Amino acid sequence: MITIFGKPLMLLYGQLVLGLINGAFYALLSLGLAVIFGLMNIVNFAHGALFMLGAFVAWALLNWLGIDYWAALLLAPVIVGAFGMALERTLIRRLYGLDNLYGFLLTLGCALIIEGLARNSFGSSGLRYTIPEGLRGSIDLGFMMLPAYRAWVVVAAAAMCLLTWLVIEKTRIGATLRAATENAPLVQAFGVNVPRLITLTYGAGVALAAFAGVLAAPIYSVNPNMGSNLVIIVFAVVVIGGMGSILGSIVTGFALGILEGLAKVYYPQGSATVIFVAMAIVLLVRPAGLFGKA
Amino acid sequence: MLEVSGLNAWYGESHVLHGVAFEVQEGEVVTLLGRNGAGKSTTMKSIMGLVPRRAGSVRYCHRETIALRPDLIARAGIGFCPEDRGIFAGLSVIENLMLPAVVAPGGLDLATIYRLFPNLAETARRQATKLSGGEQKMLAIARILRTGARLLLLDEPTAGLAPVIVQQIAGTIREIRAHGFTVLLVEQNFRFAEALADRHYVMEDGHVLDMISKAELAANPGRLHDYLGI
Repeated sequence: MITIFGKPLMLLYGQLVLGLINGAFYALLSLGLAVIFGLMNIVNFAHGALFMLGAFVAWALLNWLGIDYWAALLLAPVIVGAFGMALERTLIRRLYGLDNLYGFLLTLGCALIIEGLARNSFGSSGLRYTIPEGLRGSIDLGFMMLPAYRAWVVVAAAAMCLLTWLVIEKTRIGATLRAATENAPLVQAFGVNVPRLITLTYGAGVALAAFAGVLAAPIYSVNPNMGSNLVIIVFAVVVIGGMGSILGSIVTGFALGILEGLAKVYYPQGSATVIFVAMAIVLLVRPAGLFGKA
Repeated sequence: MLEVSGLNAWYGESHVLHGVAFEVQEGEVVTLLGRNGAGKSTTMKSIMGLVPRRAGSVRYCHRETIALRPDLIARAGIGFCPEDRGIFAGLSVIENLMLPAVVAPGGLDLATIYRLFPNLAETARRQATKLSGGEQKMLAIARILRTGARLLLLDEPTAGLAPVIVQQIAGTIREIRAHGFTVLLVEQNFRFAEALADRHYVMEDGHVLDMISKAELAANPGRLHDYLGI
């Protein structure tokens, strides 16, 4: 049996794949958080709940309307994104200009309400969402068997992250967003409807979370706690990567997922805390985050 | 083109503009002169809707704009070049240039802008804040020429710039006026303003004290000196 640093190779590969998948979710979720924080200075604590909502909407689409996974990948983000825009319009908008503690409290409250409602309606145990046809089975990589759906998750998440990065860095609307992140009133003085831009950006960040939720539905059981489990780790990812840094969120998300996977192999006792240890170190050495602007 | 009357503005509890009144005719270059803290920049920001608490009347092309949001004021046809240039660090030169929305036909096209400001063509892809202070000022002015805005608000365009660059900017403003733009200029450098403007309004402590035309100034150059206490 081949071992690396004393652990079986197959174990290492398995955990690396798992780490990559977790990293994919961390990247997608922290990307949405970073975009929202960068523009609105709001720490969107509702992000985990909206991720969970994405998974639930996908489940509901399938079980109530017979709409399959592939359509749900498109529809659930749109539906949850629209819900997010309504949230921003009615509630979050009122807190601009205040200490961002208020935004944190409000979105935390929203998260608790959403999760509570989900728990009341569907119970705490999970709902099953079967892996869609065409993504079942495994791919034989020679040195290991890779479950096809998990490979899809990593590819889809990476593609979505790349697409988001391209839109922000290379398009005109992305330039407007980047400028508004620096000086929103001035951008408004140039004729851009900044309040509407903010609403759309919040919707887009939320849609990213919901997209991750649909990806997650077949892997994790669709349950009301799936968001709150993730959101604390995602915050750590955003802090490490640098609040508001798009590239930072993507790279750090994947990297920390892999780091967590490695920890599970070589130091399982620390695997739950390794990300927070990393966050503490980064905050001491480089408080703005690895990719942040100081 | 622009009629300001009874303009009052507040920063929080502080009442900073008191019944400011002046007007700008189409095609003119008009300056707001005064010492630091006179309220010139605040007046400009109030016209642009960037001071949240304001009252009175600002009529642009006979249209009341006092209560409008800044983006709607921009879309009415007013372009704003802020005192600190307002160049966005996260954007390249060309991205900064293309950022403002085109609000009306008749703005200068990119080719004309590059002819007026050739260094912007050379540095198009560079990060905008890597430009020198003078180049950034040029970029800030060029930005609003593209939008089709007919009234340009320039807030201290020569502040902190070397004399050679100041002359360049003076030339640019003359060219802009030749293209038919109307310019409201805030300046502390009254020699610069003297050479360019048709009329000057002198401000102090949030009030407009006086209006001096080019002809009056030529006849009595000491008048401005008296007001500005230099």
